[in-house]
Amino acid sequence: MSPISMSPSSLKEGRLYEYLIRFVLGGAATVFTGLVSSRCGASIGGLFLALPAIFCASATLIEKHEIRRKREAGLDGRRRGEEAAALDAAGAVLGALGMLAFAVTFSLTVQDSVPAAFITASLAWAVVSIAGCVYAAGCARCADCGAPGTWFRRSRPVRRKTPRANSAVF
Amino acid sequence: MTEYVVRFLVGGVVVSAFSMLGDMLRPKSFAGLFGAAPSVALATLGIAVYMHGTGYAARQTWAMAAGRSHSLSTAGPFATSSCARGFG
Repeated sequence: MSPISMSPSSLKEGRLYEYLIRFVLGGAATVFTGLVSSRCGASIGGLFLALPAIFCASATLIEKHEIRRKREAGLDGRRRGEEAAALDAAGAVLGALGMLAFAVTFSLTVQDSVPAAFITASLAWAVVSIAGCVYAAGCARCADCGAPGTWFRRSRPVRRKTPRANSAVF
Repeated sequence: MTEYVVRFLVGGVVVSAFSMLGDMLRPKSFAGLFGAAPSVALATLGIAVYMHGTGYAARQTWAMAAGRSHSLSTAGPFATSSCARGFG
């Protein structure tokens, strides 16, 4: 797995309607959860708190972005799009594990202090999700050579096989 | 009615913020974590604590934990194998 990086320029790839869809989906999921809680009680409504509202929208958008990027380079890009969406789904599985940690931590701490409950539960989600991600990257093996995961390993410098132009024999 | 408008706006903002954060991160397998971020939970629990108190919110999160642990136990073997392949 390559090192983690952040590129704000990725936001420019998204269209306005895509962000609008996410906003509407997120809002609709929250309203739906509230409706279920008020009609069926807190215990039934709580089941819908773990609704992966972002994942539904982001998986399809990631596929579209990858296909668009590859088509600009003159390639088909469908396979690349599917692979990117599959990787996103693999990460979402680990995020779901973190969600369990969030729920348990919030339940245990909310009676003492509400702000502390939100902070510790969010931290629990982040720690468990990232730990799961690091563990999964360590367990994963290269499909070609069977080498273990490369999360912490530095990439080796590429050696040039062809002689450089300025090193020609006079 | 006002409650549901507030729910819609808060939910929309929190979900959009997490998804934009996920968009900016590389690699995609790590960014996928934000696809399952507790965005709906944060928005709903904030409103639940304000309107119904901490006991109500605690009951909701226990139900959330129960639902989540059940889905993880049923999807566990599949998740393990797909993660190992996906993170290679």
